[in-house]
Amino acid sequence: MPRLIKQGHILEDGWLPLNPDIALPTSGQICTLQQWQQLVDKNGSAVQLEAGQEPIPLFPFLREIQLVVINFPVFTDGRGFSYARDLRERGYHGELRACGHFIRDQLTYLHRCGFDAFQMADESGLDSALASLRDFSEHYQATIDQPLPLFRRRAQTTH
Amino acid sequence: MYVYDQYDQKIIDERVAQYRDQTRRFLAGELSEEEFRPLRLQNGLYVQRLAPMLRIAVPYGLMNSMQLRKLAEISRTYDKGYAHISTRQNVQLNWPRLAEVPDILAELATVQMHAIQTSGNCIRNTTTDQYAGVAIDELEDPRPYCEIIRQWSTLHPEFAFLPRKFKIAVCGSTQDRAAIHFHDIGIELIANDIGETGFKVLVGGGLGRTPVIGSVVCEWLSKKHLLTYLESILRVYNKHGRRDNKYKARIKILVKAMGIDAFREAVEHEWKALKDGPSTLTEQEFVRARSFFDAPDYQILDSDVANAQLDVQCTQDGIFGNWVRRNTQKHRVPGYRIVTISLKATGFAPGDVTAEQLELLAELSDMYAFGEIRSTHQQNLVLGDVQISSLYELWQHLQAAGLATPNIGYLTDIICCPGGDYCSLANAKSLPVAEAIQTRFDDIDYMYDLGPLELNISGCMNACGHHHIGHIGILGVDKKGQEFYQVCLGGSQSKEASIGSILGPSFKQEDMPDVIDNILSTYVTLRLEEESFLETYRRVGIDPFKERVYAQAH
Repeated sequence: MPRLIKQGHILEDGWLPLNPDIALPTSGQICTLQQWQQLVDKNGSAVQLEAGQEPIPLFPFLREIQLVVINFPVFTDGRGFSYARDLRERGYHGELRACGHFIRDQLTYLHRCGFDAFQMADESGLDSALASLRDFSEHYQATIDQPLPLFRRRAQTTH
Repeated sequence: MYVYDQYDQKIIDERVAQYRDQTRRFLAGELSEEEFRPLRLQNGLYVQRLAPMLRIAVPYGLMNSMQLRKLAEISRTYDKGYAHISTRQNVQLNWPRLAEVPDILAELATVQMHAIQTSGNCIRNTTTDQYAGVAIDELEDPRPYCEIIRQWSTLHPEFAFLPRKFKIAVCGSTQDRAAIHFHDIGIELIANDIGETGFKVLVGGGLGRTPVIGSVVCEWLSKKHLLTYLESILRVYNKHGRRDNKYKARIKILVKAMGIDAFREAVEHEWKALKDGPSTLTEQEFVRARSFFDAPDYQILDSDVANAQLDVQCTQDGIFGNWVRRNTQKHRVPGYRIVTISLKATGFAPGDVTAEQLELLAELSDMYAFGEIRSTHQQNLVLGDVQISSLYELWQHLQAAGLATPNIGYLTDIICCPGGDYCSLANAKSLPVAEAIQTRFDDIDYMYDLGPLELNISGCMNACGHHHIGHIGILGVDKKGQEFYQVCLGGSQSKEASIGSILGPSFKQEDMPDVIDNILSTYVTLRLEEESFLETYRRVGIDPFKERVYAQAH
């Protein structure tokens, strides 16, 4: 089973991988957006978004969906960062996983945008990738992992 | 100026450590060239023709004397003893070694400097008016807002892998000295009927391959919404900007393709989710940001007495008089002047400054200008607050160090990118063209007679030398492996912004001084009394210039 980083730990993936060639995935399998849209019952579902597929169709089902995977076709394509925030800012609390061609040095940014799981193309670097999540202990912006921007937290400490 | 607290320092220190590890992994072969590239670029490191180039951030062009001394020391230890002021108010080192860059960054961090996001497809250094806080035509000091934007944009997790680079400029004065019409986002401080100040927001301006004047996306933005609104613009761009073609990836192309009204709608849609959220700015944060830019301890001076004395000094020493008239500007406080230090002496690359000059300037800024110095997008330096009674003494120091060329705003105050001598993107050299023009027009009386004139040179379409907005713009082009130069006329970075029109077929390097000579002679022949080059050009159009130049060239 493929391994991945999930909520700060290295675990085996419990989901069946994507198969775009079948009409209807089995339960416990990650769907393409098209397959997912066919699902009658979206409770406990898992869907993978590609770059260029905004998460808008998912918005009405954020309580039902259990896993959203966002694929990075190349690590320089940053659209997935915005998709992640879109989902989290609208109240999605399930697993949000990055997969594809992102690199270790992006993990801390991905995490701050709301990703809590990372499936890397090369599993051998999982340990050092996990360590990179601790590259920064302080940030300026309001993000998913720290909803208060630094200027508000500064103001709290001075009063 | 802004002073780091423990949070700012921690972020910068952690960034140095992160980059040190990235460099180590690259040198050990654990990171590929392709993977390292955006990482080093986001730390300002280019790989150039002869050596890497490190671009150090100077947030909105403001430095203190301690930072200048550190830059001098770094340029001596890690480089060849000089630095370069870029057209984005940053400082560039042309000869650092890749393996030593982490050490340079660690040195910079000790004086609250860094190289974060000075390159790469991310939000770059925010720029502003070099006379911010001291200009006589200022509505409000833009620097507190620049600092707020600096913090928000620094290591922003969502916008580090944009389709292309992203530049923001802020202007708080009547005359636009920050070229806000030519930025991805231009922000202008404006006042409403009841005297409140807010922002007018422009989007989609830019130079480069496709020069475009920005469009108004928001006529009036309350200050507290600044960050959520910027974030909304960036989010629309990050999601929808083109990624298939790097020449069509800037936000200006997206704005053109969508149309400004549809773009505005898309921004407002995103804004619904962010507006009034935690990033909404508080009065307390404005107070904190402004507190760093409070007026220094100005003395109460009798400006009449000071000016009378200055007039006498100018009459007694004509060279000093020339310098005062060209290189100093009126200050909002009586008895003070703004002094521009020309880095445009003939024989030196425009914008270059030696370690010794940096140290001298550090000392002079401590003696005469509250220890602060500003860099300008015209590649000069500025002492913002000098007492009129100290000008003569200051000038003598500058004159002795080759820093008092009295040409600010005139022909030889050329904006010029490093060009083919250094840059691997360049199609042609730009520095020898600048020098040939400076040498040809070294007659100071002729230069003054020509009046205010902006001549900008870029070595390629990326337009780092801002050639599109020079009254006279020169662009290096490659024609079958040979370096040629295209000329455009009539550009302007002012609020009446315009993009220069191409004169015609390009010229060989050795012909350029003659070409410029013909353009200038045409102006001198056609000008009406008191009419500047730009005014004459706007009145008569490009044809008379074309006829004269090509009649003689062919």
